[in-house]
Amino acid sequence: MWAYLTRRFLYMVLLILVTSMVSFVIIQLPAGDYITTLAVRYAATGQVVEQEVLDALRIQFGLDQPVYIQYFKWFTNVLQGDLGWSFQQVRPVSELVAERIGVTALISVCSLTFAYVVGILIGVVSAVFQYSVLDYFFTIVGFLGLASPNFLLALILMVIIFNAGGAVGGLYSTEYLNAPWSWAKFLDLLKHIPLPMIIVGTAGTAGVARVMRATLLDELQKQYVVTARSKGVAEIRLLFKYPIRVALNPITSTIGWELPAIVSGTVITDMVLQLPTVGPMLFSALVAEDMFIASSLLLFLTSLTVIGTFVSDMLLYSLDPRIRVN
Amino acid sequence: MSAFEPTVIDTVNAASREQESYYLASQWQLIWQRFRRHRLAMVGMVILAILYTFAILAEFIAPYNMGTRFPEAIYHPPTRIQFAHEGRLQRPFVYGTTKERDSYTLELKFTVDPEARYPVHLFGKGEPYRLWNLIPLERHLLAVEEPGRLFLIGSDDIGRDLMSQVIFGSRISLTIGLVGVTVSFLIGVILGGISGYFGGIVDVIIQRVIEFLISIPTIPLWFALSAALPPDWGVIKTYFAIVCLLSLVGWGGLARVVRGKLLELRELDYVTAARIMGVSVPTNIRVHMLPNFMSYLIVALTLAVPGMILGETALSFLGLGIRAPAVSWGVLLERSGNLNAIQLYPWMVSPVLFVVVTVLAFNFLGDGLRDAADPYK
Repeated sequence: MWAYLTRRFLYMVLLILVTSMVSFVIIQLPAGDYITTLAVRYAATGQVVEQEVLDALRIQFGLDQPVYIQYFKWFTNVLQGDLGWSFQQVRPVSELVAERIGVTALISVCSLTFAYVVGILIGVVSAVFQYSVLDYFFTIVGFLGLASPNFLLALILMVIIFNAGGAVGGLYSTEYLNAPWSWAKFLDLLKHIPLPMIIVGTAGTAGVARVMRATLLDELQKQYVVTARSKGVAEIRLLFKYPIRVALNPITSTIGWELPAIVSGTVITDMVLQLPTVGPMLFSALVAEDMFIASSLLLFLTSLTVIGTFVSDMLLYSLDPRIRVN
Repeated sequence: MSAFEPTVIDTVNAASREQESYYLASQWQLIWQRFRRHRLAMVGMVILAILYTFAILAEFIAPYNMGTRFPEAIYHPPTRIQFAHEGRLQRPFVYGTTKERDSYTLELKFTVDPEARYPVHLFGKGEPYRLWNLIPLERHLLAVEEPGRLFLIGSDDIGRDLMSQVIFGSRISLTIGLVGVTVSFLIGVILGGISGYFGGIVDVIIQRVIEFLISIPTIPLWFALSAALPPDWGVIKTYFAIVCLLSLVGWGGLARVVRGKLLELRELDYVTAARIMGVSVPTNIRVHMLPNFMSYLIVALTLAVPGMILGETALSFLGLGIRAPAVSWGVLLERSGNLNAIQLYPWMVSPVLFVVVTVLAFNFLGDGLRDAADPYK
């Protein structure tokens, strides 16, 4: 058992390492760097910045060095908790990111839970009552959830809530906006979570329900179910005793790809809702080529899913005896 | 004894005839028979056929040419085609509108002028155009007599007919999914095939790469990559770059399906038999193994298309995908992405209906295909 755990753990660490490299290199891909953006911005306001100044800035920020040296410096700093410097905001990245990471993770986890709880329920109901009115209803709603872009759902709900007189956008009420963390502020945050949670979770729900329905339908046709039924096992007991448990395995293994989808959904939804999370920050950093902050955020978001996959592997391990044996 | 009675013989014959037609039908005939029974899938297929026909014949279907602007009709609300005037049935027509500025809100308003009526003609003459840039024509599916205007779903912020823009935009939005899936399919089948058939160290490497790709959340990755696209690239170049971006992420899932199934099938007797008889590896995969997991592949493929369409829409919506002056559904939605626009000009959101309908249609099609693709079940 420990061998398996260690192997998966080491593998996760390796993945995060590769992720950090990819995150850093991707951000370097656009032509030019933040200094170019800066020069363009100054030029737009009519100021001319001399080439020497730009070069000096590059040397100061280490932007004149080859990518792998820059990466090395950045990553060794990241390991020590220093994520670099944001050119745009002129503040350390760790400070900027710290404000947002917790909330982003919270929204993602809530959405994931929402997606799985609701998705599994719907999946079971529509498999057991295949081709019933409920099945068709859930299928249609699920399809709609799957088919509408997250940002559209966000926009629609935003308009509905706005017209109903509710507050839109943001995660905190105004009185808590700049307040230090307290129990009251946390409760206030919880009140604002359901909107993004539902928006982000809906697409996931549809996917989960679909997989659950399909696998459960496959299981329900199998011999052991027929045998159990012919022996007179009560329908409900039969359902929960075997097929659902078997069908949960593929569901658990979907966490690995459901999580990246949730993170993606969070990013885009939060941009529409203008929530103070990582998504909008990443976007503006990318556009401005504010590289340290962009790399750090990309690393954070991917690590979130890599760690999530590790957790889902562990879950699968405890759920499915076949994996333990092999 | 009773077997010799004529009626019994007849029923036996009928049953065996039915069975015979089942056994004699090719796999594809059986698939088609099954597929036809799935109503939603048929609906999906018909919708897609219509949408793709619209995209192909865009110049003819669209009431106006791409980019035609009516500066006097900015943010014009949708015009309804009328069939009756003052309670009397008439040939289809549209009412003209007059523009007024609200003295209180200073908002431009269009009011219907019941005196101005302009007939709408099927296959009527409208703006001249060249179909596929080749054939000069001037008949449109729907054309209104001048100076009437036909804005079926309204006009946008620079006075273009939104419906025409949507129809021209479908050329990009509808093909991007297909091209992207084709690219991912090729990469996925080749790499998944290699991985599953040969196994060993190659398998391990390919699997790790796939796992890595799958574990990265797509939107941030697309963000980062498309931010890297030079803004001065032309439409075609950006289009293919976006397709590559979308399929870069998409192939992993397909390769996994292929590999998993190949690993399973590789051990089966008939595959071993074929191998021993000297069938080459590619032939063995193609002829003996591929048909066996075609159902999974088709489902994975049809379900990958909507993901790509949604991906393009999301990217363009954020201004990172296809860029104006090129038109795609995402580009059209970019302007409606805030509370103000939705409140004032709700029709600007209507391109999203096309996205939803297309994605739904692909999903229904995929579902029907999944049920049908394994007809021996």
